[in-house]
Amino acid sequence: MNPLARPLAASAAVVTAALLAGCGSSGAPTAAKPSATAAKDGAIAVDAGDSSCAVATTKLAAGRHTFAVANHASQVMEVYVYMPGDRIVGEVENIGPATTRELTVDLTAGQYQVACKPGMVGDGIRSPLRVSGAAPPPQSLDQNLRDAVDSYRRYVRSETRALAETTTAFTDAIAAGDLARARRAYPPARLHYERIEPIAESFGDLDPLIDMRADDAVGGTTFVGFHALERLLFAKRTLAGAKPLATALDANVAKLNTLVADVKITPLTMSNGAKSLLDEVAKSKVTGEEERYSRIDLLDFAGNVDGAEYVYRALRPALQTRDAQLVGTLDRRFPALVKLLDTHRAAAGAKGSVPGSPFVAYSALAPDEIKALAVEVDAISEPLGKLGGVVAGG
Amino acid sequence: MSDPPDPGARPARGVSRRTLLGLAAGATLGAAAGVGVSAVRHDDATTAADQTVDFFGAHQAGIATPAQDRLHFAAFDLAPGVRRGELVELLRTWTGAAARMTLGQDVGTGAVTGAAASPPDDTGEALGLPAARLTLTLGFGTSLFAGEDRFGLAARRPPRLVELPGFPGDALDPARSGGDLCVQACADDPQIAVHAIRNLARLARGTASVRYSQLGFGRTSSTSTSQATPRNLMGFKDGTANVKAEDTAAMARHVWVRRGDGPAWMTGGSYLVSRRIRMLIEPWDSTPLTEQERVIGRAKGSGAPLGGEHELDALDLGRSDARGRPLIDPAAHVRLAHPSHNGGAALLRRGYSFVDGTDELGRLDAGLFFLAYQRDPQTQFARIQAALAGKHNDALNEYIQHVGSGLFACPGGVRPGGYWGQALFS
Repeated sequence: MNPLARPLAASAAVVTAALLAGCGSSGAPTAAKPSATAAKDGAIAVDAGDSSCAVATTKLAAGRHTFAVANHASQVMEVYVYMPGDRIVGEVENIGPATTRELTVDLTAGQYQVACKPGMVGDGIRSPLRVSGAAPPPQSLDQNLRDAVDSYRRYVRSETRALAETTTAFTDAIAAGDLARARRAYPPARLHYERIEPIAESFGDLDPLIDMRADDAVGGTTFVGFHALERLLFAKRTLAGAKPLATALDANVAKLNTLVADVKITPLTMSNGAKSLLDEVAKSKVTGEEERYSRIDLLDFAGNVDGAEYVYRALRPALQTRDAQLVGTLDRRFPALVKLLDTHRAAAGAKGSVPGSPFVAYSALAPDEIKALAVEVDAISEPLGKLGGVVAGG
Repeated sequence: MSDPPDPGARPARGVSRRTLLGLAAGATLGAAAGVGVSAVRHDDATTAADQTVDFFGAHQAGIATPAQDRLHFAAFDLAPGVRRGELVELLRTWTGAAARMTLGQDVGTGAVTGAAASPPDDTGEALGLPAARLTLTLGFGTSLFAGEDRFGLAARRPPRLVELPGFPGDALDPARSGGDLCVQACADDPQIAVHAIRNLARLARGTASVRYSQLGFGRTSSTSTSQATPRNLMGFKDGTANVKAEDTAAMARHVWVRRGDGPAWMTGGSYLVSRRIRMLIEPWDSTPLTEQERVIGRAKGSGAPLGGEHELDALDLGRSDARGRPLIDPAAHVRLAHPSHNGGAALLRRGYSFVDGTDELGRLDAGLFFLAYQRDPQTQFARIQAALAGKHNDALNEYIQHVGSGLFACPGGVRPGGYWGQALFS
């Protein structure tokens, strides 16, 4: 697996199909040729044109349904499912021309409308939809949350495994006495740690042993972990003294890898974890505090955003029935942040790049570029802070 | 302007800037009669703003004084060539100016009453303003006693005045830390506090220069039982469990340096720890209320400890909910800062909120300028901070960062005719 791939591309296999709605922004391939048969098994085709909104059926049984929206119009499309009074049940936005996107909703008995909005303006072209059947949706909210927790648990386990593998590659390079290779192997391991940092933090002493900063090593505490090695490799440019640190790091990461098997995950801890990942970005990545020797702060930034976005995608079906507006906001915010971050990607060897990291060095950013990132982080932090209340509350 | 008055003919003690201006205006500017009227009204009915706090006394003012609304704190560095005699002369000059300003008088020959051909002694922005309970409190920094011992004071250094240890997570900026001297100016009017520091800094030119200074507003602690508990910039009541000036036993135990605590010159004094604590306002604001309350350990609205009803309810750190989980989180700020968690250690906190505009990322450069007085910084502040600092102690650390630090020995009070810190030099 390419450790630097965006999270959903890397982990699509562990996400339920229902989670795919709206994830095109994260790099999952969605630009399939639109056609009436593009909808996969069970999905309801919606053919959205400049002046038409053809839904493959007008009657459905109560339950979870996925619409495959193919945009045949010449402009960008958005599609809504409305309850009476235009209460939003679900929406999918920013569907480019000749693109297919999916929209998953839980529908109880009643009258609905599917609205296609070419150009994403106006009331749209409406098609009625009648849902019948007294049975509750096969996927209750509780089931949605259980699925989310299961999905996130798989993500955490796969990321910690990847962390263990990439850390071993890093420490192997140190053991081999290869400074350049060790420096190249440092960024990939950091990415996996940053994706699941709140989980690591739940194990008390383990997080500081892996991730402490020089400022934390006071009062008899020894500076160890990733950043102690980072200082040796990038600031002091030496491997002298690195081996014992590398051995201890391997052991602590292996311990983490064992402990996550039993970690307690709830929708609330997931939500709080996502928020704390963005707080981390605000506190130590945007400011260039964390990776002060290697300057790969943007990679950590991406890792934190990946982790938070995964939580959001996993919780999204549950959120959609509770707070469609919040879903709409986050569906816009995450891609906006990722897009901005992606403008700072650098090819290997390009000016400002750091070997092993797909992003430019923090030191290569102009002050206004850093400010733009901070503004976007704060913008997503606000709606993200509401996740916990929505999944836990009534 | 009449004849330049000689220094001996300065306004007698007790004639305030306000009265002086009122008289002058009444005599020379008929159109400005309103100023004179206003001054007369104030002379008749004493308002809180007109109150003065005694500069002289057994203890320095500004410690047990009920906390005023505004702060201007300044740390000074002595110039490289300055000798002991010049330092003493500075302290004498400062004492004279401080005694006048705390009475609501202007400095030297005044702002408009000196020789017209010379720059006025007083900078003038406090003309017409009352004393506003101005207090000025002096401290000696650790650096005054260290290094080459330029002032011959090393032997008089209190054993308790040793540099604070580093704490996990500190991000201290040297330019906002330390200082040979400090002056804490507190008043109910920001212009009065600024005027005081500005004039002291002016009098110090050539001898000492400002290393950094900090404006503060909205006192974040009540230091008297007569004061309501204010809110800090996180929106929480702050300082509920503070040492109160009326509790003389607590003041004697936690705040005032006693005979035998160290060198005699510090008797009646107190050690001041200053910390510039930046709050990460934006992440905090987007944090759910329940999480904010978990982090602090108190209800945001009432200020009551979680599980309690009223602000002043005692903290019951042992209480659990029906499922056996502690009502106050193990990492809650109130739990870890509580005396019972720190061997009984307590502080007289006298901090202020600050907002120094926005930083380069467009975020509020805001937080708490923490000021705390104590008998022994090592067993009080350092002990408590050791329990709080670090990612896995106080849950609040996710939202704050200590970016400046100072430790100062504030000597005992000044007697009339004496000068600030005289006992240190005699």
